Amino acid sequence: MYLLIKNGRVVDPSSGTDETLDVLIKDGRVEAVDKKLEAKGAEILDATGLIVAPGFIDMHVHLREPGYERKETIATGLAAALAGGFTGVCCMPNTDPVNDSASVTRFILDRAKAASPVHVYPIGAITKESKGEELAPYAELREAGARALSDDGKPVVKASVMRRAMEYAGSLGLLVIDHCEDTDLAGEGSMHEGTVSVRLGLKGIPAEAEIIPIRRDISLARLTGQRVHIAHVSTRLGVEAIRAAKKKRLPVSAEATPHHFTLTDEAVLGFDTNAKMNPPLRGKDDVEAVIEGLADGTLDAIVTDHAPHAYEEKMVEFDRAPNGIIGLQTAVPLALDRLVKTDRISLKRMVDAFSCAPARLLGLTDKGRIAPGAEADFTLFSLRKQTCLKAEDIQSLSKNTPFLGMKLKGAVVAVVIAGRVYPAR
Amino acid sequence: MNWRHKHLLGIEGLAPEEITLILDTAEKMAEVATRPVKKVPALRAKLVVNLFFENSTRTRSSFEIAEKRLSADTLNFSASTSSVSKGESLVDTILNVERMMPDCYVMRHPSPGVGQLISGFTKASIVNAGDGAHEHPTQALLDAMTIRQRKGSFKGLRVLIAGDIAHSRVVRSNIHLLNTMGAEVTVCGPATLLPPHIESLGVKASTAFEEAIRGKDVVMMLRIQLERQTRGLFPSLMEYYQRYGLTEERLKLADKDVIVMHPGPMNRGVEIASEVADGPYSVILDQVENGVSVRMAVLYLLLGGGEDVSAH
Repeated sequence: MYLLIKNGRVVDPSSGTDETLDVLIKDGRVEAVDKKLEAKGAEILDATGLIVAPGFIDMHVHLREPGYERKETIATGLAAALAGGFTGVCCMPNTDPVNDSASVTRFILDRAKAASPVHVYPIGAITKESKGEELAPYAELREAGARALSDDGKPVVKASVMRRAMEYAGSLGLLVIDHCEDTDLAGEGSMHEGTVSVRLGLKGIPAEAEIIPIRRDISLARLTGQRVHIAHVSTRLGVEAIRAAKKKRLPVSAEATPHHFTLTDEAVLGFDTNAKMNPPLRGKDDVEAVIEGLADGTLDAIVTDHAPHAYEEKMVEFDRAPNGIIGLQTAVPLALDRLVKTDRISLKRMVDAFSCAPARLLGLTDKGRIAPGAEADFTLFSLRKQTCLKAEDIQSLSKNTPFLGMKLKGAVVAVVIAGRVYPAR
Repeated sequence: MNWRHKHLLGIEGLAPEEITLILDTAEKMAEVATRPVKKVPALRAKLVVNLFFENSTRTRSSFEIAEKRLSADTLNFSASTSSVSKGESLVDTILNVERMMPDCYVMRHPSPGVGQLISGFTKASIVNAGDGAHEHPTQALLDAMTIRQRKGSFKGLRVLIAGDIAHSRVVRSNIHLLNTMGAEVTVCGPATLLPPHIESLGVKASTAFEEAIRGKDVVMMLRIQLERQTRGLFPSLMEYYQRYGLTEERLKLADKDVIVMHPGPMNRGVEIASEVADGPYSVILDQVENGVSVRMAVLYLLLGGGEDVSAH
């Protein structure tokens, strides 16, 4: 089985490639990358005018199953991922039951395999039931297929627990991802503390609620010598702390979401609950810092924090609404429109943030690159085609997004997974 | 000028002439209360639903009297006795009440922005009777009516609002109104009750009460909710009174023609001394009286009663 992708602009930051090339795939792996390749009987995919990038991996997705199938199922979440240009996703463990065991991990992988070609990399819990006390069985989780650990949705409050988690997980090569939030300082806040919260009379979450635990985690990375990955960074001081830590060569990595580089707290002005997330949408200067952090690689990866919630859950009073928005089908167009088109980050850096960095952090050595021997997962997208997401295009079970109807320049055209082509809807 | 808004969700965004129209209409409404028959048929057969999801005596009865004086039909709906206590969502409650063909909702709710939420689900007008710490527009309007009666106009008036600024909807509505009408507003309270960024609303902020009150034409004291102390926002009620209580001594620092206001209910001996509350500068009970007139005016304008009430 041969697939030949012709005339695409191959952008592969892992090798520095950026030129028009053909890619020949045999049995799900890259056979050759070169000019004017030929293969008799091969299926041809004409990629003229398109970017061919190593497959995009979203490190931060809530698939909600098991337990919250009213919001999303593994099947619908992965359909959204495929439509959004992702060849792989990591799913967070805050399901019901929490993914703190091999049996839940295996359940997710079995379901995923039956539902979709998209690769799923389950994230196990850092602590049992994500309660922040006892360590989950990391070796068992890894054996079952977990690729990273997180108590996402909640911080690991105790520094001693976080220290042990980093030590133990580090020895197993599992990435520890921390949701950095001082929940005591955040209190009952439902949006960023700033000029908008004071105007609306909504309780605010100060930037320091994120910055303080980021600084703690950086200290623990120094103490343990083990890597910590900071989830969804939203503040300037958070970005700066991580940048300084990286300068000191501490093993710290980080990610940011499209909504945190696109929207400010002003999106809350009409009390739209699709502008409510955790961490909250911040001020202009924070958005600027997130973009700078993505540009210089301080923030390694772009992730969606895809967080489906049912219609009736979001159609309530702002301060009672759950946090989060879906993001799988808007992430790539938002990055292309808001970061690449505007020259805020290079196309190469964008591909790195969506593909190479996640593959690197998760230890997926055969992903995140287009070279002979690598797995044939690619994301094909256009810089010129426009995306305008309509409600009926949404593959997720939930439609909670503030980006509906937004015209964005740039569109996913197809994904290739293990050598098979899946055109975008 | 004609009234052009369907709802009154807040003061923010109202033009000076719109505020003036409400106040002028309210003055005409005040006259109705002096008649032997304190009632006009302006809103006859209109259904006003009072939706109170939070306890309120003053605002609720004030609205009810206003509705009755305008001959509207009223339905009272409170959270504790309704399907809300059975877990019904706010939107579902509105969708149900909607089929009773109401013309107006008067809504009090602990969450900011509920008016914006339900406006998508109703054909009726909405009057915000207090949404969390966001806005309480009719309170600001009745305060404005009281100020205008005593001071004539707002231009250049020096107004101090003191107390729990952080949790107050009254303060936000008053800031928008007084700024729009050209007054200068200072807010004052302990640092823990002064929210960061409050100056972005166009006010001066101070923690020093005796400096802040100096030369003020209007001093508006806010209620200190007693549970704020137990939540650690200030050390004790006694200390609060010592630093921020409006005493006769401190009132002397204000302008000699100062007026003292309070949206009620008061905590005597906490934010205000009894001698001041009952004293010659106090207009606190005028505020209560004006509340009915202002609410009559708002309902009248929103429900299309036309411009001139004296015709009735």
